[in-house]
Amino acid sequence: MLRLVKLELQKLLLNRASVVLIFISFVLPFTVLILSSIKINFFGFFTLELGELGIFNFPIIWHITTYFAAFFKLFFAIVVVSMIGNEYSNKTIKQNLIDGLSKKEFILSKFYTIVLFSVLATVLIAVASFFIGLYYSSYNEASIIFRETEFLLAYFIKLVGFFSLCLFFGMLLKRSAFALAFLFVLYIFEWIAFWIILRATSSEIAWKVKNFFPLESMQNLIKQPFQRLIMTKYPENIDMAYDYAVYWYELVIVLGWTAIFVFLSYRLLKQRDL
Amino acid sequence: MESILTIKNLTKKFGYLTAVKDLSFTINKGNVYGILGPNGSGKSTTLGIVLNVVNKTSGEFSWFDGQTTTHDALKKVGAIIENPNFYPYMTGYQNLKLVCRIKNVDYSKIDEKLAVVGLLDRKDSKFKNFSLGMKQRLAIASALLNDPEILILDEPTNGLDPQGIHQIRTLIKQIASEGTTILLASHLLDEVEKVCSHVLVLRKGERLYSGRVDEMISSHGFFELKSVQHGTLVSFLQNNPDFISVKEEGELITAFLNQPMDASTFNKLMFEKGITLSHLVKRKESLEEQFLKLTDNN
Repeated sequence: MLRLVKLELQKLLLNRASVVLIFISFVLPFTVLILSSIKINFFGFFTLELGELGIFNFPIIWHITTYFAAFFKLFFAIVVVSMIGNEYSNKTIKQNLIDGLSKKEFILSKFYTIVLFSVLATVLIAVASFFIGLYYSSYNEASIIFRETEFLLAYFIKLVGFFSLCLFFGMLLKRSAFALAFLFVLYIFEWIAFWIILRATSSEIAWKVKNFFPLESMQNLIKQPFQRLIMTKYPENIDMAYDYAVYWYELVIVLGWTAIFVFLSYRLLKQRDL
Repeated sequence: MESILTIKNLTKKFGYLTAVKDLSFTINKGNVYGILGPNGSGKSTTLGIVLNVVNKTSGEFSWFDGQTTTHDALKKVGAIIENPNFYPYMTGYQNLKLVCRIKNVDYSKIDEKLAVVGLLDRKDSKFKNFSLGMKQRLAIASALLNDPEILILDEPTNGLDPQGIHQIRTLIKQIASEGTTILLASHLLDEVEKVCSHVLVLRKGERLYSGRVDEMISSHGFFELKSVQHGTLVSFLQNNPDFISVKEEGELITAFLNQPMDASTFNKLMFEKGITLSHLVKRKESLEEQFLKLTDNN
């Protein structure tokens, strides 16, 4: 396993474009987080301190940071599709197999790298949230601090699932740009399918079905935190209440898609003549 | 004799096209094999199948008497296919390091093999800045990293200049002289004639000939003849069982022998029959003529 990860890391880290993208995908969410946590003084007119809004209080900080950090996954998604696209355009995939890498090992080396990246991203966001939370939060009992850390697990699963989808599209289309475009096509397709089901049945059933679709199921893992923020400010607004928790079956759906995408990537490679 | 690769009834279809048709052959240790065939005869497809990048339609192949899986067997094989495929953004050394990781080979081999192909002084240049000849030599270095039991080369001199071709051929001969089994696919006949001991001739995915190169060439040869008594000579040759066939091209008559006969015996025979020859040459077919005969007539 270590051999396969090293193999892929060599391919990635010697490529300047990938290094820049990996760097951005790690550093950018981190920077945004740090910047938003400091007090910004607008030339003495007024000061903006997001911390005052209570977004950095435990336990809501886990929800907020994972929700926003997830947007930066797109940078690493580019890396994932290009690590497949480059293998095809350089024909190195053929040479790798001729040199004695099995097709299974080829896919696994990509998948392990995805997992490794997701672990690093999760750890980074966890550490950053923890310290910013400690600084701003008025609570400091461990029971409150570590409540809702399941958002971190959801964040990790979400990343792995999304990158596996990118891996599959990369294998399917062989070209990075097409693969990224296909992500968008899938997004539209999910909405069209939703609309068709909505017409045929009810909104309740349509949403239930859509929650099983790949992109929606990943989106659904960490639900938007805005409503929750308003709720904490104005607890009397009962009608704003919604369910923002992470459920086990939502994790299972995304894990299921991950398994399907990795398996399909393997099947595709196995059946293809290079 | 120890067999390295055995192919049995291998068939590959691309849709309606049959690229390889019921092909069987065996590669034994220590020989230099050539696969000859015109473009599109199934050479690369056959190699692609045994190298795990093309899926077979039917038939079987086994490496090293089937004791290992194909991808493990490939760790003991060195192969380059048509174009050298490496990561353009890595240096020569880094590319070979990657191959070492795949094949589980010690990194100390890299400098050794780079020296063999004469690229040691360019090892830190990026692959994309290499000339085609250098790329091809890097590919050979990469194929040699694991000290392979068999080296497979598919059109190794394709697109190279005469010097590059010469360098690669010298390299192949040198490697062969060290006892490495080599399988060389080519449509260049003199390449195969100069380098190989055994040859497999393919046409449209079918095997036309398989055996030693010298046996393939060693027909009994032919006479090129000219005479004033053209008609008498032709009818004599056609009725003589010693000759398989007679061809006429203008004045020149080519008579193919059915059994050994030297020029002086033939000349004497002609003299006895009262035919005077104005031109008599005995020749043997080159591999090229033999090859064209095989691939055209069937």
